[in-house]
Formats: sequence, structure tokens, C-alpha cells
Amino acid sequence: MPVESVFPRLEALLPHVQKPIQYVGGELNSTVKPWDSCDVRWALMYPDAYEVGLPNQGVMILYEVLNEREGVLAERTYSVWPDLEALMREHRVPQFTVDAHRPVGAFDVLGVSFSTELGYTNLLTTLDLAGIPMETADRTEEHPVVLAGGHAAFNPEPIADFIDCAVIGDGEQAVLEITGIIRAWKAEGRPGGRDELLFRLAKTGSVYVPKFYDVEYLPDGRISRVVPNRSGVPWRVAKHTVMDLDEWPYPKQPLVPLAETVHERMSVEIFRGCTRGCRFCQAGMITRPVRERSITGIGDMVEKGLKATGFEEVGLLSLSSADHSEIGDVAKGLADRYEEDKIGLSLPSTRVDAFNIDLANELTRNGRRSGLTFAPEGGSERIRKVINKMVSEEDLIRTVATAYGNGWRQVKLYFMCGLPTETDEDVLQIADMATKVIAKGREVSGKNDIRCTVSIGGFVPKPHTPFQWAPQLSSEDTDARLEKLRERIRGDKKYGRSIGFRYHDGKPGIVEGLLSRGDRRVGAVIRAVYEDGGRFDGWREHFSYDRWMSCAEKTLPGFGVDVDWYTTRERAYEEVLPWDHLDSGLDKDWLWEDWQDALDETEVEDCRWTPCFDCGVCPQMDTHIQIGPTGKKLLPLTVVK
Amino acid sequence: MQRIRLRYTKRGRLRFTSHRDFQRAFERALRRSEVPMAYSAGFTPHPKVSYANAAPTGTGSEAEFLEIALTEPRDPASLRESLDASMPDGLDIVEAVEARTSGLADRLTASVWELRLDGVGLPEARQAVAAFLAAETVEVERRTKNGLRTFDARAAVVRLEALDGAFEGAADRPGLGACAILRLVVRHSTPAVRPDDVLSGLRATADLAPPVPAAVTRLAQGLLNEETGTVTDPLAPDREAVTAAPPTAAGLTAATGGSPARGGVPEGSA
Ligand code: B12
Ligand code: SF4
Repeated sequence: MPVESVFPRLEALLPHVQKPIQYVGGELNSTVKPWDSCDVRWALMYPDAYEVGLPNQGVMILYEVLNEREGVLAERTYSVWPDLEALMREHRVPQFTVDAHRPVGAFDVLGVSFSTELGYTNLLTTLDLAGIPMETADRTEEHPVVLAGGHAAFNPEPIADFIDCAVIGDGEQAVLEITGIIRAWKAEGRPGGRDELLFRLAKTGSVYVPKFYDVEYLPDGRISRVVPNRSGVPWRVAKHTVMDLDEWPYPKQPLVPLAETVHERMSVEIFRGCTRGCRFCQAGMITRPVRERSITGIGDMVEKGLKATGFEEVGLLSLSSADHSEIGDVAKGLADRYEEDKIGLSLPSTRVDAFNIDLANELTRNGRRSGLTFAPEGGSERIRKVINKMVSEEDLIRTVATAYGNGWRQVKLYFMCGLPTETDEDVLQIADMATKVIAKGREVSGKNDIRCTVSIGGFVPKPHTPFQWAPQLSSEDTDARLEKLRERIRGDKKYGRSIGFRYHDGKPGIVEGLLSRGDRRVGAVIRAVYEDGGRFDGWREHFSYDRWMSCAEKTLPGFGVDVDWYTTRERAYEEVLPWDHLDSGLDKDWLWEDWQDALDETEVEDCRWTPCFDCGVCPQMDTHIQIGPTGKKLLPLTVVK
Repeated sequence: MQRIRLRYTKRGRLRFTSHRDFQRAFERALRRSEVPMAYSAGFTPHPKVSYANAAPTGTGSEAEFLEIALTEPRDPASLRESLDASMPDGLDIVEAVEARTSGLADRLTASVWELRLDGVGLPEARQAVAAFLAAETVEVERRTKNGLRTFDARAAVVRLEALDGAFEGAADRPGLGACAILRLVVRHSTPAVRPDDVLSGLRATADLAPPVPAAVTRLAQGLLNEETGTVTDPLAPDREAVTAAPPTAAGLTAATGGSPARGGVPEGSA
């Protein structure tokens, strides 16, 4: 039976809300399939505002992969802003997809992509608006399977009560596998109901169904063990890894929004994974090994993508794009090809040691030469050893000297505050580094209008990293340390005015820390915050630290734990961590050794260029490094008029 | 340099597109269809596109106009086709003619609007229209960037009439039933009087309060014929100039027609 569009009812509300265009869909390259022509139907969600969610590559890829399949449809849904939420509640309009405006509750699966934990309260808003019971225990066959994915799903325990299952790792093949299981179960007449479906998913060993696992606690609040509560459910759930990126050239037809969004460019993932081994970086740890897209594969995707979208800029995306084995040829080849068309190229931030001026010149050839961004992450040489960010101060100064010497006027440096073992002195050295950068810049350029912006984020320890055991710095200590740094910069008569200083207070980091390393008990806090009106926690103007803290104080003491217990407490080797049963491939003992190496200020090399150091991933996941060089070049495109 | 004038629409759900959103989508479409655009000089060159009188966000339109400048001549008909294929459905490029006359903007002096008032009966609408038209001036307020602004909405209104919209399918909209349609011809003036200003005026003079937001569509835009209160097709002079004179480039055929607005207001088409 076809499902009715809610659009006629929504339409009447749209004149009363901000930016109604974000709710109407109809984007270039979007897909609407007839409901009845499909037997498995996915609603894919990015749990943030449309302007942030639409450009998300993960959702875009899965949307296309699913829609390409016969008999499968996928539509998208995003978080609605509070103004529309209020009207939807008043007029009983359910959460809808933007493609065909079908009610989310009518789909077989609601797949939610969490790149950050700050989307959890938005998940609850969506479930409620969709008429889906908030907790897995209360759902029936009528309701979609609520599935979490994305990086934050590597520890889905805080949302274990609200989701039915989670997939860790790459989604391309996983969503097809899940589709197959749902299709078979539906075709058989849904034997055994919802439980049977979840059981079939869990049995594969690569879909995590939290309710099939019991968590047992010790009297002191720590976890004693996590055990499957029915036979056939594996002890650990493995991550998914897509090999041969050239075989997965998605998105082929990127969505082009009408509304303005955070990213207006054609993005191509040039590789997945990163083995630089920065110890704070969850993304690097959980996406191993490195799998490059070939230079020709990249060229192909760019060519087709630009044709399909008309975008003016190409983003070469990855965790450390300058590390692609043929990045120079990729950048030059693309800049040559699109010189006439005024297509700009961009990379996310660059590693200091991977920077080279030819690359930077290629990147800015067809566009503006705005600023360069580097991420030394740590202010002192010592702390950079702790975090395994192997750049020396000389590297950095040499790099910026080249940049300033070649006409750049503005350099942006990213750092973290609150890293393990950090002292005030480590952070104050950020000021020294910035002054040296300015001094060098003035010297090589002969100009005084050189600027350096220092941008600082609070460090949050993440699961599946060597720092998963580390104590998080309290927000008070973070604020005090940053205040000292600010005074040091301000007090510098000679250089202070050329240094910009951007930082956030330490409070949001504590909430992120609670959610990142939380366990199932933290779910009660999330629910309380949602019920108290918490929404859009990634947005300053909506985030309320006080609300999180007061909800935590109401809910956590019942379990004998508190926010500090989750955040500023250091964990010991023996402790069972809430995510230990989710297998990212990393060997826990290797992670522990790497944590000990960090404390000893010992560095680890990159396994792309040195022998494998046995992090465990490749043997555990049956994967291997895939890198070039291929030696191929991007040839000019023949002009077809 | 060849200049081409285009008529485009904002239909259905894409009427919620703001003018800025449209601009970005259109400029991408120009790149997708590889139109040899002329660029402005300067530090950040922009393709040369001039837009005229964009309809407000949330109102539909059958008659939006813009002009583009090309470095090489193109056949307007095939240009229209490829641009239209590059735009999302609803933002449709419906007409293209080569500019042969000056001042398109000068020929856009008035608009014809249709306001669909679901849930409002015809007698009620007629009464309100009569009260509005009978007034010398109708003061309305609108929130602008600089705060609340008060101005007259009456003087710019050339024609206003109420028609019965119920037969247009209103019967199968449960709960609403009645539906009046207002046909409005309004002169472009400063401050611009928009359909929602006229609605505010109807509320002020006759307490007309539609239960659901009015569905507003611009049907036509053009040169106002003061006597008949109708507007003429602003692209007609260019089209006529093309048929009168040979095309600019050998082998180029001029685009003709397809315009419902050709020859004036689509009167009585509803
Ligand atoms: C582009 C980008 C942005 C852009 C655009 C974000 C967007 N809307 O997509 C902007 C600048 C806005 C941004 C902002 C932020 N970002 Co960001 N961003 C990236 C970047 C460079 C690329 C993301 C990407 O497209 N990856 C490629 C896609 C294909 O991967 P994916 O989304 O993970 O999807 C795959 C799987 O995860 C899975 N999957 C995903 N969703 C789902 C759902 C289901 C149901 C299933 C089954 C599978 C599945 O399948 C997909 C295909 O295999 C990454 C680094 C990177 N290379 O990943 C950082 C990264 C994701 N960002 C990060 C962070 C921290 C942020 C911010 C929180 C920063 C801040 N402090 O403000 C904000 C959060 C914004 C928000 N509310 O989401 C971190 C995430 C932290 C972590 N996990 O350790 C990353 C990893 C960078 C890093 N090295 O720290 N970001
Ligand atoms: S297993 Fe070895 S080769 Fe594979 S990612 Fe880990 S260190 Fe690198």
C-alpha cells in the first residue's frame, strides 16, 4: 500500500519557519522511487540540521548505493529546527523524509549516521516526532529498525537503549547485507517478529544488537563483563572494511542542495584510513588500514561529479590528504584540467611535514590564496612525542617560511589543550611557537602584515585509541590553562597583535567526554536532557552545559557514578571498557603498549613506510594496506563541444 | 557578446527557494551546461547574470526573468533545453530569446498574481475585495530589516477580483471545501507592494482572515497597459525583432514561443 506524503500538511507550516527550503527536498540528483516497487525501504538520517547533514559524504554514499539496487529505496531525513518541531507537534505532522515526504515511521530501517556524539539528543527528538517508541524494548514489528552507524557508533553504549542495532566501520557493503537479511525475513512472512530479525542480523557477527548483550557491573561501578544473553550471538562484533576504493566510486551523483550548506563542493575521498598513529585520533585508529583511491579513479570521479553537479570547487577528502602517494600529480593534474573552468581545489587541514610548496601552489592556482592551515596539535616538542605527532619545531618554521616566502600572509595553527601529561608549560609554548612563526614570516616576506591564528580545541579521550585510558582534563583546569596562554600572547608587545587566538571553554568537552566513553547508564542522562528540552548540542546557541550537569546529577548517582567518574578518571589496564566487545581490529594490548609509549614519550612510525608494527587490524580484519604510486598521470580531457 | 533573456518558474515545493538559493543553483546550471559565460572583471569574477524583480520566498511564479551575457553565440532554444535539464524540477527554464532590444527591466512595470485562499468562501472574498477597492488608501505594516514599516498598499493595486476556486479540485480537500481565488494586478513601485501586503490590507479593511496561508503565484510580469489593467509579454519585442531581422550568427535559429504569457495576460485562463 502506498504511503501518503505528509507534504500537503507540512506545506501549510512552512511559511512560518526559518529557511523552509531545507525541508522541501527536490535537490538535483536526489531520487524518489515508487513505494510499491520496493520491498526494503531505508530512511537515512544525519542527526543535525540540513545545512550540516546534506553534504555528509557517508549518508550520500549509502543513499546512492541503496537506491541503485532494484527493489530498494532510500530517502533522507534531517533534524528539524525547534521552530518547525513545535509546529509539527501542534499539527501532528510526523518526522518526514525530504525526498518524498513519507513518514519516517513507515520505513523498514531508520539508519542514523553519527559522526559525533553530540547528535544523540537529536536522535531522540526524531524518534519521538516519528512516533517510534524511544526505547528498543517498546518497539514492535510496526516500527522501523533503528540502526546507528558512523564513527561515534564505535561506542554506541550510551544510546544502546534507543537504537536496535549498530554497524561499525564502512557502510557500503554492510547496508546491502542488512537489506538482504530484511528482504528474506519479510518474504518469509516475518517469522518470529522483530526479535527474529534482530537475531538474524546479530548472528552475522557484524551487526551489533545491544539488547542481546547483558552488561554486568562490579560494586564500584566498573563493568565486570558484557555477555551475550542468547546462544548464537557472537561475543564480539566486527567492524566492516571496504577494500578497493576504485570499485566504490561513490557518490557518483552528489546531491546539490538549493539551500546554503556548510560545504558547497564536490568531495572525493582520495583514501580511507590513516596510519600516522596520532594517539588522540579516533578516526585514524578505527579506519585502518590505509586504502588509496588511484589517481585515475580520482580523476574519473571528479570529472563525472563536476558534470553532475556544476560545483566550482573540488575537495580532496581524507584524514590526511597530503599523504596520498601521488598527491602532487593528483593536484597538478586536476589544476591543469580545470584551469579554464575556474575550478578550485581544496584539502582539509594539512600535516606540517607533508606540506610542500608545489602542492600548495597547485591547490591555489585556480582559486584564491586565502590562508594555510596546519595542525601541530601540541605546543611543545615533548607533548608532540606523547601524542605521536612527529613534527619538530624546525619543520614547522621551515614550512611557514616557505609559505610566507611564496606570498601567503595568513597561517592558521590548530592545537589541543588537555592532552595526557600536559602541563601549563606545554601549552604556553604555543605562544612561543606563534611568535617564532610571525618573526620568521616578517623576515622572509619583508612585510609586517603577517598573521598567525592559533585555534585551540579541548582534548577529549576517545574509545579505541591509546588514550582511552587517559584522564580528561577538567573544564576548570582547561579554562585556567587557556587563560594563561591568552595572557602570554596578549602580553607580547612585539608580536601579540599579529596573533589571533581562538578557543572554546572546556565545558562542552566534558559533555562530549561523558558521551564518548560512556556506558549504558549514560543513556538515562541523554534521555533526561532530551526531556528537559536539550536539542542540537553541537550548536553553541542550543547547547546547555548546566542542563547536562543537572540531568547527570539526577540520574547517575543511582548507579553510584558521576560525570567525573566517566571523564577525569584514569582507567587501569584490567578495566573492562564499555566498547571492548566491539572489535575495531586494534589489539587491546597493542593499544595499551602505545599508551605506555606515550607516557614514555616514545614515538611510533607509520606502517605505510616502515614494517608493520602489529596494531592487529590487518590480520584480525583480513585487510591490507592499498597504496600507490601507480605511476599514472591525469591526461587532459578531450574537449567535446 | 550575445545576450539572452530567460523566463523561468518557481513551481510547487520549490517556491520555497529564496532568490539567493536560486542564484547559486542557476550559476551551477550554467557550468553544468557549459554555457560560454561572460565574466565580470575584478578580483573575484562573476558570470554576468542580471536578475529582475525576484518573487519573494514562498510564492510561486510562472514569470521570473533574467538575462545572461555570453562570449560566443548560442542557439537560445537548445540553450534553454540544456539549462532546464540542469535545474531541479520546479525551477524550470521555460523561454529563451536573444536580446534585441534594450531595457528588459523597463518593461517589467507590473505583475499579475493569483492568490488561492483555501477555506474562504467566494461571497466573503468578494466583499473584502470591494471594501479594499473602495478605500482611498489602505495602510499596512511590514517587518523589514529596519523594523516595522507602514505604507499604503492600495495605490499600487491596478486590479483585484475574486473568482471561485472551488471547482479546481477544492472539493476533494477534506475540511476545506470553499476556496476563493484572487486575481491581482499590481504596479511595481517603491516600496514594492507584495501580495501579502494586499492580504494584510484585506484583513485591515474587511477582516478577511484565511484559515490557512494563501498559496500565491505570480502569473505574469510585464509592461502595464494602464487602460485595460493588463500586462504585456516583456519578451515579445525581442521575439518580434528576431523575426524581423536575420539572426546574429549563421545557422542559429531563433527561439519562438511556448509562452503562455505571449500577447499579454493569460486572461480567463483559470
Ligand atoms: C568534511 C568533514 C567535516 C565537514 C562536513 C561534515 C559533514 N556534514 O559531513 C565539517 C567542516 C562541517 C565538519 C564538522 C565537524 N567535524 Co568533521 N570531518 C570531515 C571529514 C574531513 C570528512 C568526513 C567524511 O565525509 N568522511 C567520509 C565518509 C564517507 O565517511 P563517514 O561519514 O564516516 O561514513 C562512512 C562510515 O562511517 C559509515 N556510515 C556512516 N554513517 C552511517 C550510517 C549507517 C546507518 C551505517 C550502516 C553506516 C554509516 O558508512 C560510510 C561509508 O563507508 C572527517 C575526516 C574523515 N576523512 O572522515 C572529519 C571528522 C569526521 N570530523 C570530525 C569532527 C570532530 C567534527 C566536528 C565535531 C568538529 C567540531 N569540533 O566542530 C564537527 C561536527 C559537525 C557535525 N555536527 O557533524 C572528526 C570526528 C571525530 C572522531 N570520530 O574522532 C573527523 C573524523 C576528523 C578528525 N580526524 O578528527 N567535518
Ligand atoms: S596491522 Fe600493521 S599494516 Fe595493518 S594498519 Fe596495523 S600496523 Fe599498519
